[in-house]
Amino acid sequence: MNYGIVSQEQLEQIDTILSDKLIKLGVDCVIIIDMAGNIITAKDNGESKYDVYSFAALAAGNFATVDAMAKLVGEAEFSLLFHKGQESNIHFSKIDDELLLISMFGKEISLGFLRLNVVEAIEQIRIVWEASNS
Amino acid sequence: MSFINLKDKVVQVKIVYYGPGRCGKTTNLEYVNRKFRDQIQSEMVSLKTHGDRTLFFDFLPFDMGKIKGYDIKIQLYTVPGQVKYNATRKLVLKGVDGVVFVADAMEKQREKNIRSLNQLHENLQAYKESIFKIPLVIQYNKVDLKDHGVPILPTELLRKDLNSRLKVPDLEASAITGYNVAATLKKIISSTVVSIQKKLL
Repeated sequence: MNYGIVSQEQLEQIDTILSDKLIKLGVDCVIIIDMAGNIITAKDNGESKYDVYSFAALAAGNFATVDAMAKLVGEAEFSLLFHKGQESNIHFSKIDDELLLISMFGKEISLGFLRLNVVEAIEQIRIVWEASNS
Repeated sequence: MSFINLKDKVVQVKIVYYGPGRCGKTTNLEYVNRKFRDQIQSEMVSLKTHGDRTLFFDFLPFDMGKIKGYDIKIQLYTVPGQVKYNATRKLVLKGVDGVVFVADAMEKQREKNIRSLNQLHENLQAYKESIFKIPLVIQYNKVDLKDHGVPILPTELLRKDLNSRLKVPDLEASAITGYNVAATLKKIISSTVVSIQKKLL
């Protein structure tokens, strides 16, 4: 697997998917990270000012912790995580064993609607990812 | 594994400070955070217990400038040193590109250093990495304690204990005063960047 280097073309395709499926929907910021805490790509609505590097490190740690907890209760994984706040929410979803999609969004978007779009985005991203790694 | 973004021309490099409990890993990062404030855009993240011990990790992103047109982003991490936290130590090591092993020069810590280094070896194996191959720098920390009458191990002995087989760059340091903290960082960054370049060629 060619993990570690992503081509410019691949990244542009992924960025387009993120913009079309999530940013247009009203999501503040979307990040794809790997499980080591590296940022693969980050897209935002132009207004949000998150420290995405720290965020990626913490998110990878968070996901790894939850994954270890899943194993303790006999689950293969918890593939979806959601943190709810008063003004903003964070949704984590696994793309594959190495990649994680994180969406940060406000209270005007419903979780169900976001999840539907996240699922579609992930399917499209997987196609882009696998096409160039096969 | 470092992540290379060809579109934005960014290379992300993960360096982990590893070592026994209370050896000064967090202190190393805190010094870097103060000393190189201008190159650091974000705040240092520390996940610690009420007793100020590292619970999960500390994280400090650091811009190193450009090499061949690529922005090098160094990500410094520490692991929790306490024996019981090996599961989290292992998690932090995922995708590591370079390791600084911080040894505690205090006499009474001799055995703990050796145990911690052995565990680093095992933990790296779990990710199919080898302690003999990964860029590694050993730092003998707390040498300043000698001046305060605290018995410390001679560097030759520390070297024999920890570095006789590895034969990696090693230096004495005092994280609290900043002595050789930047030198350690420079050493590990250069070994790591060279090793990434080799992998790519």
